[in-house]
Amino acid sequence: MYTFSNRLRTAAFVLMIVGALGLAYGFLTAPSTVDEAMEMVADQHHDEGGHEAAGAHGEESHAGEEHGVAAGLESDAADMLEEPYSEEHGNPHGEHLLHQLQNKPWAALYVAAFFFMMISLGVLAFYAIQRAAQAGWSPVLFRVMEGITAYLLPGALIVFVILLLSGLHLNHLFVWMDPEVVAEDELIQGKSGYLNVPFFLIRALIYIGGWVAYRHFSRKFSIAQDTADDNSNFKKNFRISAAFLVFYLVSESMMAWDWVMSVDPHWFSTLFGWYVFASMFVSGITVIAMVAIYLKSKGYLEYVNDSHIHDLAKFMFGISIFWTYLWFSQFMLIWYSNIPEEVTYFVTRIEDYKLPFFGMLVLNFIFPLLILMNSDYKRLNWFVIMTGIVILIGHYVDVFNMIMPATVGDQWFIGVPEISGVLFFAGLFIYVVFNALTKAPLLAKGNPFVEESRQFHY
Amino acid sequence: MASRVIHAIYNDDDVLMAAVKKVKAARHHIEEIYTPFPVHGLDKAMGLAPTRIAITSFLYGCVGLTVAITMMNFIMIQDWPQDIGGKPSFSYLDNMPAFVPIMFELTVFFAAHLMVITFYLRSKLWPFKEAENPDVRTTDDHFLMELAIYDNEKELTELLAETGAVEIKITEKH
Repeated sequence: MYTFSNRLRTAAFVLMIVGALGLAYGFLTAPSTVDEAMEMVADQHHDEGGHEAAGAHGEESHAGEEHGVAAGLESDAADMLEEPYSEEHGNPHGEHLLHQLQNKPWAALYVAAFFFMMISLGVLAFYAIQRAAQAGWSPVLFRVMEGITAYLLPGALIVFVILLLSGLHLNHLFVWMDPEVVAEDELIQGKSGYLNVPFFLIRALIYIGGWVAYRHFSRKFSIAQDTADDNSNFKKNFRISAAFLVFYLVSESMMAWDWVMSVDPHWFSTLFGWYVFASMFVSGITVIAMVAIYLKSKGYLEYVNDSHIHDLAKFMFGISIFWTYLWFSQFMLIWYSNIPEEVTYFVTRIEDYKLPFFGMLVLNFIFPLLILMNSDYKRLNWFVIMTGIVILIGHYVDVFNMIMPATVGDQWFIGVPEISGVLFFAGLFIYVVFNALTKAPLLAKGNPFVEESRQFHY
Repeated sequence: MASRVIHAIYNDDDVLMAAVKKVKAARHHIEEIYTPFPVHGLDKAMGLAPTRIAITSFLYGCVGLTVAITMMNFIMIQDWPQDIGGKPSFSYLDNMPAFVPIMFELTVFFAAHLMVITFYLRSKLWPFKEAENPDVRTTDDHFLMELAIYDNEKELTELLAETGAVEIKITEKH
């Protein structure tokens, strides 16, 4: 049995407290009026080097204002948030800016919440695949995976609460939820049969319900198998895993449209669900490897050997390349045909998010490609941990790139709210996961494949 | 180099593995082992050095990538930067996404084919090569271990007989 070390528990609480304080700071410093927003932007002089007209915004001169509006319109032409501007808005640029700045702490919270939920969902998919494929190498890691997927219920519920708050118009993360925007936007009106708040929330509950139900029953059968005389629990687990994978494939894709793609309601991409899947899958596998190495270093997984770590590292390597393949397929097809209604997605990202957009390609592809290619390196624990950290940062940036351009636009910055969001959810994740690991023996000893897995050698 | 060799024939790969360990423990050098299929762990038991063919493949891949980039940079950007359907031919980077499929394929092509050719060269395989098989049964269901004889014929024969060889014969090395 694993015992949650006090140091780790304290570290998790410290992360949560620091993160919560940082998030609170982010919400408190968000502007509440247009003038405040204009002032904030004038003060910070655009750290990320946006338009030069920013300096003129603070002054009340009308000519300067007009100029600023024009510049803002030009650089945000692709951003559908406030288009078309209604007549009664006195200062459309200021309004736009206000919404972006108000969105900042919300988007930081949402990105971090989604990122950690996605890790645990990726692990659940990996776990179900291992069960359905009757893999002989991984049963010794099942309890580690089950521990990580314990985060799915709280993590997905937090995401759901954020979506609910968006539906209650407490933030502007999803522009299609704003009736004023929809009233003037025929494209969103055309999609309102799918993109409407009640249906959106019901769908979210169905996805979460399906995932959590599978996790619950699979864990139950897995523990029951430890003391069972026959393999009936194992067989049940096999069947529900196969069924879950079918459900997961559909629900994950729809979840990606709902929770991620709909922040840009004018844009669509057919392989988006797969793209999000690849991101969550590789992050999940990375976290399995990192937790397994941590537990092994503390002496809790003496039956996990270098070959298991090697296999996980191979998955990290392979799925990193798979992610890149999907990223590139999506990017290149849209770049090549250059159809205006699709390409704006990448235009905003390349103009305003150049470093994160291309930087994540280095973190998520080139780095793992070169580091994890060598077979010997994949067996070195510290190499896997180092690469794992880089991959996780890379995929956080990936989610950041998916959400931020549509919610905060060129006002993005990785500052206090963003980092605090990650710290808070990292703390919560560590607390929930390691707490769940104490609940059952770390070796699923009733699994018929566990002996093969213990002897596994590559 | 001894001109005479001893051939020990086995009919089971487990017996062969045990025999290899025994012969190595007795500090005899194994000249060669002929098997009908890959025996897992035989190279480790024999103490063979690990292959470096993956490293050559990586280097060939780098060559392929360089070839692809140089070729397309010259043709599409430098030699005749024509406007084809509005694609930006101002610099290689501007139009790079369009070149990636070719860069990828040529990397794989070079890495795969040159590695295979390297394998053929290093293992001396080519069409019309005369087979070097000391006993035809080793391609079907028998395993053959070959040891050189240095005035220790009797000692070797006894050792190999102990290891469970089904047949032991002494021949001239050809």
